[in-house]
Amino acid sequence: MALLEVRDLTVQFRRRGEEPFTAVDGVSFDVDPGQTIGLVGESGCGKSVTSLAIMGLLPRKGNQVTGSVRFEDTELLSLSQSQMRDRRGRDLGMVFQDPLSSLNPVVSIGLQVTEVLERHRGMARKAAMVEATELLDKVGIPDPGRRLSEYPHQLSGGMRQRALIAMALACRPRLLIADEPTTALDVTIQAQILALLKELVTDTGTALIMITHDLGVVAGLCDEVNVLYGGRVVERAARHELFAEPRHPYTHGLLASIPRLDAPRGEKLVPIKGSVADNIPWDGACAFAPRCPNALDTCTQVTPEQESLANRLLRCHNPVEVTA
Amino acid sequence: MLRYTVRRLGQLVLVVLVLSLLIFAWLHSLPGGPVSALLGERATPESTRALTIQLGLDQPIFVQYWKFLLRALSGDFGVSLGVQPGASVVDVFLTRFPATIELSVCAIILAIVFGIPLGYLAARRRGGWFDNLSIGASLIGVAVPVFFLAFLLKYIFAVKLGILPSLGRQDAIDATRVTGFFVLDGLLTQEWDASLNALKHLILPSIALATIPFAVIFRITRAAVLDVQDEDYVRTAESKGLTTRVIRARHVLRNAMLPVVTTIGLQTGALLAGAVLTEGVFNFPGVGDALATGFRQHDYPMLEMLVLVAAIVYVLVNLLVDLSYALIDPRVRAK
Ligand SMILES: Nc1ncnc2c1ncn2[C@@H]1O[C@H](COP(=O)(O)OP(=O)(O)OP(=O)(O)O)[C@@H](O)[C@H]1O
Ligand SMILES: [Mg+2]
Repeated sequence: MALLEVRDLTVQFRRRGEEPFTAVDGVSFDVDPGQTIGLVGESGCGKSVTSLAIMGLLPRKGNQVTGSVRFEDTELLSLSQSQMRDRRGRDLGMVFQDPLSSLNPVVSIGLQVTEVLERHRGMARKAAMVEATELLDKVGIPDPGRRLSEYPHQLSGGMRQRALIAMALACRPRLLIADEPTTALDVTIQAQILALLKELVTDTGTALIMITHDLGVVAGLCDEVNVLYGGRVVERAARHELFAEPRHPYTHGLLASIPRLDAPRGEKLVPIKGSVADNIPWDGACAFAPRCPNALDTCTQVTPEQESLANRLLRCHNPVEVTA
Repeated sequence: MLRYTVRRLGQLVLVVLVLSLLIFAWLHSLPGGPVSALLGERATPESTRALTIQLGLDQPIFVQYWKFLLRALSGDFGVSLGVQPGASVVDVFLTRFPATIELSVCAIILAIVFGIPLGYLAARRRGGWFDNLSIGASLIGVAVPVFFLAFLLKYIFAVKLGILPSLGRQDAIDATRVTGFFVLDGLLTQEWDASLNALKHLILPSIALATIPFAVIFRITRAAVLDVQDEDYVRTAESKGLTTRVIRARHVLRNAMLPVVTTIGLQTGALLAGAVLTEGVFNFPGVGDALATGFRQHDYPMLEMLVLVAAIVYVLVNLLVDLSYALIDPRVRAK
């Protein structure tokens, strides 16, 4: 049975005097225990909103969340604030994009790690400190005993993200959501953090939802990939299938726009033309149609439904042909 | 932290010296002056010149300042000319200073105890009726002149309702003096009545004096909490499932206190201005009252001492602010 079942998750933002804005539009996916799945897509396609909805971290006012998020046997969307508070940090952990702003600047690293141990594992401060030292050591922070008494500004970017990972994993949650955890870091550090995440989730059997706009990240990490566009899943497949045979023109475009070391010299990168800004809504059309090289007349007249193919899910009227 | 404190104390001495020189020069450039004040109607050119020389007022301003400084360092600020003619300025000061301290401490405590929690609540209920109501109240608090409010309070609670005293620091009751702080004295000597009586005298003046600092602290707290609660690290704290109590105290308030501490310092420093007005209305024998009287009567020696002490207090408060800032914010400590 799946660890997490997301069904028809929809998030609408409503502001007084404005049209409601649908940031996430009927997203469904499963995460099995220990599995790593990717949520991929351009900026603004609803990746963060999806993850915040799962965590119950969306602002309290001005939005409406519908659908279902089942974690094990619990429907998370129907939990009360305080029940959700008991789950967060214990069953579900999260790592965010910018490690500097995600750490409290006036609280020591040690306290920011131990507070979650005290909260969910009922540990006393002293025992929690010992545990925190081990945790920092496990995420590869050298001299962890000293780091505990330091403050975020005294750590490098990579160290900060390691500390945040330690906090998120402190109570051994069964699911970790990482929202672009490497975007704010140097390239070399990015690779280290990804390797660390991979090692940790493999060792502990933690399921991971990896959110990124970078297919390179997905390639090294994810078992299965969901490609999001305009708040909907447009293609889902196991990693190998997706990379070998992208069927949705958007996925195809994303792959064509990543630089490859094995590409013949002089081959040009092909960016996807346009941007999400010229997004048209999904009703009565495909939201990607205006930017799509394969667009047919139907694409601007009929909303494509999600279809199950042999090895993938696809939402497209005119998918890219399989070349083989 | 210790080295930081010592360095700051060094700066403090310098600031006080410069400030006092400026103020000294300013005081002495005012028209009128103590000579005409002392001689009054009977002034003749001869007697004026004689007294001017006798008081040393004919010498260059720097020489006067230097002499003042030397005397001041030995604790001699001269004799009061107007506030309490003939008495040593230091004695006058020592009896009045505790009164103002009591008043200011009460006022700033009131302002903090109400300003911070209400500011926090208003931020949490942003846009609600409580928020709007307290913003309105704080606007009025800043806009109403202190002496008007003081008169109003005195009229309602002392004159009309008669539930609180309207004048002075204490009724004419038997009370042993120990420190000059009347509330404290009562506690030390276990004369509870004396303590309570002094406290009652403090209520109205300190409310009047607290209004502006309260309104400012309230507004700054509200704004700071609004800023901080949208910070990423608060979301991280939420993602760890921490209790609202921990999130509020450790993650929101601790960060929101940084601007508030600065504000409290500035407001404390500015209390003397309010004390001049409040003490006047309530006949409260403090240094604010002495300052007003001193100005009216050209009591230079009195003014010189008061202004010097005011400068020292102001700089000390600033030091205190910086130290507490460093205590809260490790990034400041590191520098
Ligand atoms: N609190 C909010 N109120 C209104 N609109 C919001 C809110 N949060 C997000 N949105 C909108 O929802 C859409 C999806 O945002 P989201 O943050 O999920 O994008 P994303 O895929 O994470 O992009 P990025 O790669 O930039 O992080 C965006 O158009 C954004 O403007
Ligand atoms: Mg995002």
